[in-house]
Amino acid sequence: MIKEILKILENDAQTTTKQISTMTSTPSAEVAKLIKQAEKDRIILKYKTVINWEKAGEEQVWALIQVKITPQPDVGFDSMAERIYRFPQARTVYLVSGTYDLLVLVVGKTMHEVADFVSQEIAHIEGVQETITHFLLKRYKEDGEILEGEEGIKRQPVIL
Amino acid sequence: MSANPKDRHKKYHSYLAKRVNQISPSGIRRFFDLLASMEGVISLGVGEPDFATPWHITEKAIESLEKGYTMYTSNLGMPELRQELSRYLKDNYNLAYDPDSELLITVGVSEALDLTIRAILNPGDEVIMPDPCYVSYSSCVILAGGTPIMVPTNQKNNFEISAADIEAKVTNKTKAILIGYPANPTGAVMPRDKLAQIADVARRHQLLVISDEIYARLVYNVEHTCFATLPGMKENTIFLGGFSKAYAMTGWRIGYAAANKEIIASMTKIHQYTIMSAPTMGQVAAIEALKSGEDSSTEMVEEYNRRRMVIVKGLNDIGLPCFEPRGAFYAFPSIKSTGMTSEEFAERLLIEEKVAVVPGSAFGQCGEGYVRCCYATSLADIEEALSKMKRFVAKYRKV
Repeated sequence: MIKEILKILENDAQTTTKQISTMTSTPSAEVAKLIKQAEKDRIILKYKTVINWEKAGEEQVWALIQVKITPQPDVGFDSMAERIYRFPQARTVYLVSGTYDLLVLVVGKTMHEVADFVSQEIAHIEGVQETITHFLLKRYKEDGEILEGEEGIKRQPVIL
Repeated sequence: MSANPKDRHKKYHSYLAKRVNQISPSGIRRFFDLLASMEGVISLGVGEPDFATPWHITEKAIESLEKGYTMYTSNLGMPELRQELSRYLKDNYNLAYDPDSELLITVGVSEALDLTIRAILNPGDEVIMPDPCYVSYSSCVILAGGTPIMVPTNQKNNFEISAADIEAKVTNKTKAILIGYPANPTGAVMPRDKLAQIADVARRHQLLVISDEIYARLVYNVEHTCFATLPGMKENTIFLGGFSKAYAMTGWRIGYAAANKEIIASMTKIHQYTIMSAPTMGQVAAIEALKSGEDSSTEMVEEYNRRRMVIVKGLNDIGLPCFEPRGAFYAFPSIKSTGMTSEEFAERLLIEEKVAVVPGSAFGQCGEGYVRCCYATSLADIEEALSKMKRFVAKYRKV
């Protein structure tokens, strides 16, 4: 049942307990309890909104940073990652396979600010061997939502 | 040439075939015209998925166009599609249809139904069907020179057609029983044992059964029974299905008929002279749907189910009693408490609250007193429509 509730909430965090109760034929109190528990277990981390900031007139600069790590005795990837993800500018941090080790998504107000963050903070961390910065030019799809050009499907007014 | 438009109308009318004049242009035409002229309407009227076709299916069709697959196909449909379909029917229903002689790919189930009826009816033959039912059933029979025989169904019996009621209507002119479950407009699903009773009637009176199973994939917490899987029924059933509803592919226009090879051969004769072949790109898309459309289909069904729960509870809560539909994507609430006819209800609801539902009377006399609400639309729209309907019902409620 919790998975069904999670699916509904992942699609729309504003779905009310009452609506979920109806959709799943589960008493409201039970739904509320399951959601509370999922929040406590950190299965549900947060309820947030997908925003097209550019459309709202707010310029943001995003960059994908590939970080290569020099293996060091007694320092694992996890602690290297932690040293990076503690910075609020690092919005997303992944350990990945391939030619580099960490993928960091960084946001700032200007290119300068992002570049400074990479060169002053990330590159200076001991064990960071190399960084490659890719500035984001355009965001097409975010968390499953298409940002531009999608006007929904075009249903014709047929009836039967 | 007469200058008076009225005379001109009279003149053209005299050219028209009698059997065409015999079928009434939908009695609720005025209502549809009104709907088309209005803006900002929340529509629970359209009987099609609100999802776009899953992208992997569309992608395959685009690819085929780029490669130049833009010609006719075999009259029967692309061999690969018939093979995939044969496999699908075997896997899902354990029914073995020969892809070369027992399957025909059509322009939606609509064409398959028309072909079936034209292939089997002689003038005066009777076809027994439930009332209410999908709008084209009786018209197709009339156009083929036959007589539709309606069997009333009602909310008390969950709009299931009873074998005894069917048998009571059998005459020496009866050719076939035409059923469509899960049902449009009611959302009714027939349990296997009751379908078996209908099979008994068909067997006793040597009748064909035309089973329109376009909504087969859209069932909720029940299992769909394919009529042809009932003992001995495969040979006497013309099994109609399609891709429109399960894979959100209404505009691609691909359906099929599965039946005994002599029936398929006769249907193919009509099909080849009138249609030639179903759209090629649609057939390519259908192959992909059969090969890997299952997950997307399941996701859509899960979403319909959530909306179904919301609309059925909502309608009951606002005083429009609604039995629980187990299939398709329609709720069929009773509007009798308002004292209006279903057409009045739909028209006033449209004008006063800008919510479109389809009058039940469009689907037969037994649909009077009900309206069809399609829940293949966003949850937000369903909620808003319900709150508007609540206000409307409160205003007009008698008793």
